[in-house]
Amino acid sequence: MKPRLPGDARIWQIAFQAILLTVGVLARDFSLAAAQMALCFAAGLAAQALWVRALGLQGVGFLSAAITCFGLSLLLRADSLWVHPLAAALAVSAKFTLRVGAKHLFNPANLGVIAAVTLFPGAWISPGQWGSDLALAAWFIALGGLVASRAQRADTSWVFLAAYLGLAGLWTLWLGKSLDSWLHHLQSGALLLFAFFMISDPMTTPNRCSARVLHALAVAALAFAWQFAFFRPNGLLWALFFCAPLVPLLDRSLPGARFRWDGAAQPAATIARKDSWSTAR
Amino acid sequence: MHWGSSLLVCALLSATGPAHAFCGFYVGKADANLWNEASRVVMVRDGNRTTINMLNDYQGELKEFALVVPVPVVLRKEDVKTPFRALFERIDAYSAPRLAEYFDPDPCLAPPARELAAPQALGRAESRIAKASADALGVRIEAQYTVGPYDIVILSAEQSDGLETWLLQNGYRIPRGASTALAPYIRQNLKFFVARVNLEEHAKSGAQTLAPLQFSFQTAKFMLPIRLGMLNARGPQDLVLWVLTRNGRVETTNYRTVKLPANLDLPPYLKTDQEHSFGAFYKALFDEQAKREDYRVAFTEYFWDMSWCDPCAANPLSAQELRNLGVDWVSGDTREGARVMLTRLHVRYTPETFPEDLAFQETADRRNFQTRYVLRHAAKTEPDACPAAARYLKRVAERKEREAQALASLTGWDIATIRARNGLGAADAGFWQRVWRWLRTPPNGEQPISK
Repeated sequence: MKPRLPGDARIWQIAFQAILLTVGVLARDFSLAAAQMALCFAAGLAAQALWVRALGLQGVGFLSAAITCFGLSLLLRADSLWVHPLAAALAVSAKFTLRVGAKHLFNPANLGVIAAVTLFPGAWISPGQWGSDLALAAWFIALGGLVASRAQRADTSWVFLAAYLGLAGLWTLWLGKSLDSWLHHLQSGALLLFAFFMISDPMTTPNRCSARVLHALAVAALAFAWQFAFFRPNGLLWALFFCAPLVPLLDRSLPGARFRWDGAAQPAATIARKDSWSTAR
Repeated sequence: MHWGSSLLVCALLSATGPAHAFCGFYVGKADANLWNEASRVVMVRDGNRTTINMLNDYQGELKEFALVVPVPVVLRKEDVKTPFRALFERIDAYSAPRLAEYFDPDPCLAPPARELAAPQALGRAESRIAKASADALGVRIEAQYTVGPYDIVILSAEQSDGLETWLLQNGYRIPRGASTALAPYIRQNLKFFVARVNLEEHAKSGAQTLAPLQFSFQTAKFMLPIRLGMLNARGPQDLVLWVLTRNGRVETTNYRTVKLPANLDLPPYLKTDQEHSFGAFYKALFDEQAKREDYRVAFTEYFWDMSWCDPCAANPLSAQELRNLGVDWVSGDTREGARVMLTRLHVRYTPETFPEDLAFQETADRRNFQTRYVLRHAAKTEPDACPAAARYLKRVAERKEREAQALASLTGWDIATIRARNGLGAADAGFWQRVWRWLRTPPNGEQPISK
């Protein structure tokens, strides 16, 4: 395995996700069993190892798979033990199978959660689980902001947050509701977690900055409509899922250098030719 | 005038009463009925079909009573009913927090006898309207009818101040801020369900109390409007909400939903103690937990498949009772094949901590949950009765200490008082407990006052 550079943002992301999960389990009474988490990691990492071996890939480690497993543990709730490992195996496998060009199509944790709540019985998402405590919200921003900027995708997070909260603000104004009502959205732990740990994933966002802005705007608009016009829960996760096909389209019309976790920028042309299985996973 | 309770999901208007009579104020003390100042709502949700049952403990002058609830569509007369009040008592009793009692087997008898369970339920926490200026104010009377003892009007409005003026002109005294609170509902094109007591009809029925109201409609919004009821809130308000669904547990999507601490061993003296009764315990527990969460969460008190219970605080509701509440997917006398899941949520909220109406989702969670507490009575034996007895008594002493600590932590009651009542002297306390007590004791030597 290639030695990892200390600048790999994923190590930071893993550390912060671990902190968040600990806070969630200890202070926010997540209904997540230790066994569910253990099985989730076992299945996710095993799936990664199997795919890497089967495809004979070089330089592909387990960091991204661990991030996926953390994401699933943070988001997915189930009343049985088998949902988490199955979702993790599906999510990791999708990285190797559902690909367009050199990139995987779906954010793995996002796909895992959507697949679980759609296909498996006894699986759900608790969007209210973080509550709206101001202090906790500040923590999310501080920790997540750091991770996102190290991953050079802070633009996605901020554009998305500005667009979503902007729409929510306009909606609140139009309804004649109080500022408290809007602040309640701003303080949503689920929103901040999504903005800084999911939509900012550099592997499933467009390569060029302008394309990422368009993508973030699309996700924000769809999430807003889902939540406020159609009154459905979990709009953020569904919006990211439905907007995933936009990414390859945007990459085609607005090409840019593909992201690498080790920090080396790569010209777009080389990717398609010989590097379709590099550190992308 | 005494107002027994306030219906928080609605606006309770008064023609001549005090301004704070607008729904959602909070007066009176909890007496024998634990939550007698709480709003009680039974909601049935199946797809987009929604039925809301509201119980009203209004005790003022009947001619002053009025109720305003935002509803998504114009309700027809057949959509509005007055179910039996007893249905609320039934569903409350079935889902009430419960005590389970167990008796330790005699340690000197082998093999140990089976534990006996003796469940015991917690005692039940206990028009005419002028049309004249309506058009000018942008208020439209969409429907008007009498159901049971109620004269009902369904209004739609274009402007909140128009609606406010209309209500004022028609004899309702509305507190300041009503117009602001009504505006978001008007913007979303909601209608207003306004009910008043028809005194003649009420007298004919011979009823002592007001009948509950039930209305059904189709809506994609799985929510309960609580903001209107906060207009004159003077402190935290309580809502006990039962939600009946087909598939799984219901939780709030815009606030945290938290299960109350449950299934814990508590000191057996709670069964007979006057001051520390089970009712007092549960009330203190809820007060303490709600305060700890800063009135920002919805608590789950019960979630169960309605075809059974264990232990049963009361029998499950019959198919007929469920249908009367609006569960229209059960048919016949039995509930064969038709699953009905009951979630009981208890919310204590303030205008600051709940800035939005409650939004819900039905999860896929089917793990039963109940607020059940266990009393374990020790067997009567002497340390020298048999070789096992001494070991058993040591375990009992340890257990009593754990029970005392659990009770103190759940309720915020003073641990020294609990220990004394649970038959534990100071000597029984462990080293750390003794250090803790020493630290908590004021320098003048006074014991902390028990709550």
